[in-house]
Amino acid sequence: MLRGVDLAVEDHEVVCLIGASGSGKSTLLRCIDLLEPVDAGRIWIEGDEVTAAGVDQNSVRRRIGIVFQAFNLFPHMTVMRNVTLAQEKALERSAAQARTKATELLGRFGLADKAEDYPDRLSGGQQQRVAIARALALDPDVMLLDEVTSALDPVLVAEVLDAIRELAVGGMTMVIATHEMGFARDVANRVAFLEQGRILEEGPPEQMFSEPREEATRRFLDRIIAAGRM
Amino acid sequence: MVSTLVFFAIVGLLIIRSSGWPVVRQSFFDGEEFALAFPEILSKFGRNVFIFCVAEVLVLTFALLLAVLRSLPGPVFAPLRLFAAAYTDIFRGVPTILVIALLGFGMPALELKGLPNSDVFWAILALTLVYSAYVAEVYRAGIESIHPSQVASARSLGLTRGQSLRHVVLPQAVRRVVPPLLNDFIGLQKDSALVAFLGYTEALQQARIIQATDFNFTPYVALALIYVCITIPQTRFVDWLIARERTKRQGGGEL
Repeated sequence: MLRGVDLAVEDHEVVCLIGASGSGKSTLLRCIDLLEPVDAGRIWIEGDEVTAAGVDQNSVRRRIGIVFQAFNLFPHMTVMRNVTLAQEKALERSAAQARTKATELLGRFGLADKAEDYPDRLSGGQQQRVAIARALALDPDVMLLDEVTSALDPVLVAEVLDAIRELAVGGMTMVIATHEMGFARDVANRVAFLEQGRILEEGPPEQMFSEPREEATRRFLDRIIAAGRM
Repeated sequence: MVSTLVFFAIVGLLIIRSSGWPVVRQSFFDGEEFALAFPEILSKFGRNVFIFCVAEVLVLTFALLLAVLRSLPGPVFAPLRLFAAAYTDIFRGVPTILVIALLGFGMPALELKGLPNSDVFWAILALTLVYSAYVAEVYRAGIESIHPSQVASARSLGLTRGQSLRHVVLPQAVRRVVPPLLNDFIGLQKDSALVAFLGYTEALQQARIIQATDFNFTPYVALALIYVCITIPQTRFVDWLIARERTKRQGGGEL
């Protein structure tokens, strides 16, 4: 449940959403990708209002890449097929084109030798990198990452964060919901703190993490520090 | 293991030493009669195989259609959902033999031009109608067992609802329901014997003819043996398929 979120993300900007579980981070991302029904409010991408009546939701989703906490790879397909399927079916690329794109992306994320494996054989970190490659394969305008490291073994978190860092350096526009405060401070141009479905406060990471304006933000960060997560 | 052997030995002894055994052996387990009847029944069993093979292919397709109809969302599709649900309720409720009789005797009796009056045609149709109701429920259970996150994931990649169903949901659902599907198919194969009710000479009818001529029930035992011989390998085959699928997906069979 979101109540009054006003957020503008510039091209090539990385915005991190922080806040307690249930504060609306995931819901916000799912709304942007039209995976949740939007009852009120409007969303624009590159000047097109995607929440307008009569908009083809499928074509909107093709412009947005989303990666989920639980990877959600297709377990009955090889890694390669996971990455080529939507390229062929949604973007109508030829099998050869899709394969070339997939090979390039898998290589970039260190998964070249996993292409013909099935997802269940991969570690969580590898699966999540496949999920990132799968989303990127559609050349989205923006990537949405929903707590992509929360389901991972601590030792596997770094490899996924490195992949995302690389995307940020490459100029990908991203909205990232995360509990990794160190990572958020590193990679974000802007950090937004959500509480009870509202953006309570936003600002550059240095300011947000060292001198937040709101009492609630401070309390949240104190709890994170106490939990040893920062 | 030992106790099992002892148990069956005792049961076997009790049967063989019962006073009625010599008569039973003569009328059910007559070697000569068996040698005579078996090839004849086996040759007619080909007709059963034809009936259930064609019916199985039709059931696989029609039941899938029913299951998909039933899973369509939104108020627009309410009539289709209702149709699929009513269909399943009716055809699961009526005994198979009645459907076979109603179609097999009733439809040709209408003497409508263009309607075939072959027993095989109506038998296949009746078996398809009945078993599609069961198999549709099996498919539906499979479809509903796929976690919604799989659909969310497919839709988030820009796949349409139909594409998500076709490429993501159904392939996983069907794999999951192969064992119960086979269960229904074995039922269908056995029910192909009900076509005898129409007077069509398939294997059961053939066994009945021989039994009535020779006053000996051994032909029934022969037919029972044929059924067991075709159903058991199918079960083993599916076990093998499932094991292979698991190895492929998870590797090494370590689980």
